[in-house]
Amino acid sequence: MEIPYTATARPDTGLFNAKLGVWMFLASEVMLFGALFSTYVLLRVGAPSWPHGYEILNIPLATLNTVILISSSVTMVMSWASLMMKEFKKYKMYMGLTILLALGFLIVKGFEYGAKFSHGLYPSESTFLAIYFTLTGLHGLHVIGGIIVNTYFWGPGSKMWHTDPQRFTNRVEVAGLYWHFVDLVWIFLFPVMYLL
Amino acid sequence: MSDEETKENSTSPTEAIETAGPHVAAPHVVEHLELGFWRKYVFSTDHKMIGIQYGITGLLFLLFGFSLMLLMRWQLAYPGEAIPFLGELFGPDRMPEGIMLPEFYNQLGAMHGTIMVFLGVVPLAVGAFGNYILPLQIGAIDMAFPKLNMASYWAYFLGGVTMLTSFFVPGGAANSGWTSYAPLAVIATMGQTLWLFGMVFLITSSLLGSINFIVTTIQLRAHGLSFMRLPFFVWAQLVTAFLLLLAFPPLEAAGILQLMDRLAGTSFFLPSGLVVSGVPLEVSGGGSPLLWQHLFWFLAHPEVYVLILPAMGIVAEIIANNTRKTLWGYKSMVYALIFLGFMSFIVWAHHMFLTGMGTTISAFFQTTTMIISIPSIVILTALFLSLWGGSIRFTTPMLFALAFLPMFGIGGLTGLPLGLAPPDIHLHDTYYVIGHFHYIVAPGTLLALFAGIYYWYPKVTGRKLNDTLGKIHFWGSFIFLNGVFMPMFIQGLAGVSRRLYDGGAIYAHAQGVLHLNEFISVSAWLLGLAQIPFIINFFMSMRKGKKVSDNHWEATTLEWAATTSPPLAHGNFATVPEVHRGPYEYSLPGHKKDYTPQNERVEV
Repeated sequence: MEIPYTATARPDTGLFNAKLGVWMFLASEVMLFGALFSTYVLLRVGAPSWPHGYEILNIPLATLNTVILISSSVTMVMSWASLMMKEFKKYKMYMGLTILLALGFLIVKGFEYGAKFSHGLYPSESTFLAIYFTLTGLHGLHVIGGIIVNTYFWGPGSKMWHTDPQRFTNRVEVAGLYWHFVDLVWIFLFPVMYLL
Repeated sequence: MSDEETKENSTSPTEAIETAGPHVAAPHVVEHLELGFWRKYVFSTDHKMIGIQYGITGLLFLLFGFSLMLLMRWQLAYPGEAIPFLGELFGPDRMPEGIMLPEFYNQLGAMHGTIMVFLGVVPLAVGAFGNYILPLQIGAIDMAFPKLNMASYWAYFLGGVTMLTSFFVPGGAANSGWTSYAPLAVIATMGQTLWLFGMVFLITSSLLGSINFIVTTIQLRAHGLSFMRLPFFVWAQLVTAFLLLLAFPPLEAAGILQLMDRLAGTSFFLPSGLVVSGVPLEVSGGGSPLLWQHLFWFLAHPEVYVLILPAMGIVAEIIANNTRKTLWGYKSMVYALIFLGFMSFIVWAHHMFLTGMGTTISAFFQTTTMIISIPSIVILTALFLSLWGGSIRFTTPMLFALAFLPMFGIGGLTGLPLGLAPPDIHLHDTYYVIGHFHYIVAPGTLLALFAGIYYWYPKVTGRKLNDTLGKIHFWGSFIFLNGVFMPMFIQGLAGVSRRLYDGGAIYAHAQGVLHLNEFISVSAWLLGLAQIPFIINFFMSMRKGKKVSDNHWEATTLEWAATTSPPLAHGNFATVPEVHRGPYEYSLPGHKKDYTPQNERVEV
């Protein structure tokens, strides 16, 4: 027997299993990042002095990264939409673009980190740098996780398109939901760390 | 004994299967894939096998965590005296000449708490009972994500291995209490780092598990099984899963921050100007020790309900079945449960009245704490009222379930003074607190979990646990559990602090209640002996226990519509059941038998 509602939605809930699953997962992620942002607020409120992000961090690079990540969210939607329109080749292209953009984000982030380290700015230097490296580092891990999942769906995982297209489309949709969340975290991170 | 036993005797196992109902009588049409040993027993994706894996691992960890406490109880009863026979085995780093070192005592204390909560009770209550029973009770063929289910067990297993390994690193295991308060934990030995890594594994396991439980319950309910027809156990597991899902991530965040403090030299939890052993600590400072407590208790208070809700679910099932009537106020119980789950997120700082966080915050949290006691009392009262007018069968599981009610009552009521800031100032960090929460978790949850084992053992193995051994186990456990925890209230009211290496021997105010230490310790060791009948029973009954029918307890919920020990590989039900009625339709007037299963269309 097959487990029901892996490909089609259950009529009374209107959801297939993985979609509900990923929403639950994202709810827990909200709590994870919520706790870290609360930590930021508590430490900053309790600190006698707190540097402005723009005095230490590189705003142009971070702006570039914001553009890159938002674009990758757009290509991610396009890849799912291509599957919905049964255009597998377009899917491959858009998914490939998404992965490349995500790698681009990491490369820019790597330059930023490198510049900080070369100036002796480590997490142990100050509470500001500690929370900066922790939050962006954890976000970076989420980007890496997204790249791994998306690469699987771009490469070996895409074979499923030929056997079970509905389920494969669902998988890409779910991966997309996760990817938009990663994007959303950055949209909070950018102003909080760099601009405020 | 009761008439139920005589009834069994008249039915041979083969007859029982033939008469057990329309669904089980059908021949198995399920494809039976022959899996190898590793895929079948070790890396299984079947919820029943994973449930058994969780159950056995959880029981072993419970025994292990309990033994740690038995060692500590020697030191508390006879401070500074060598432990006979055993002491020497621990080596000069831990017990030179058999005398326990304070450092080792601290390790035992921290690891007892961690192991009992995160590796023992939760895996057993949620991992084992949830995995095995929940899909059966909702008429599903498996969990929604079988591979994720396997991953969640193995993450738990790795977490357990990490915790056990930490005993053997330099400086030993974590020794800053199960709460790992900063800044003490940040400057502790290497065991603390392993504790944090272990917790990350356990949190991952809980997250995967909770997502699976929620999706399974919402998506895979059998046709006709609406939310208000769910057995109370399923409701309890569903609310528990939400607590695990939303409360654990902040602890994960806290764990990451403490790891950063320990490994990357940051100061999230280290205030400026910290001096350790007379030497100023070389860190940037500016952190907040209070922050750790907030993040920790944001998990750990909902965690208390994670420990108790599945137990309430088990007890509700057993009480309905053994009183032969429906639960009193099923709907109020469900609403109370949901409200309880919600409220459990906004009471956490009642653990922190003494931290100096301010009276305004204290006032808020003591108000929410008083409010959360209401739904707990609603559920407990409903369970008590369910007994009223029932023709109670005093089966072994029912004894455990009945004992749960007053024990949880004591645990809950003794918690009220702790929830109000003024009495808490006196009682905080004393043995009163230890007595209070142990009454909830040990005589409360553990008795309920044993009740569950006695109740569902026939479903898992097809055989019944021996009743005589079961009753010895029950009375022994019940008496000695009270012998252990009741005197702690007296000690705590006298002001004896917890976490004292000598049990309070050097304190003048403790002298009057010091003699109780020996009484508690002897009770604890006897409690250990009282578990032997259970261990014998558990293994002996697998082969020699009395064979029983599919629906041995004449219960109404769906797990009893499946065959005994349902086949692996998604083969729970020969045909997927359809639900026509509520969960506890017992003793309906005008019906021939006193129970009407949920999947029964017409009365026979």
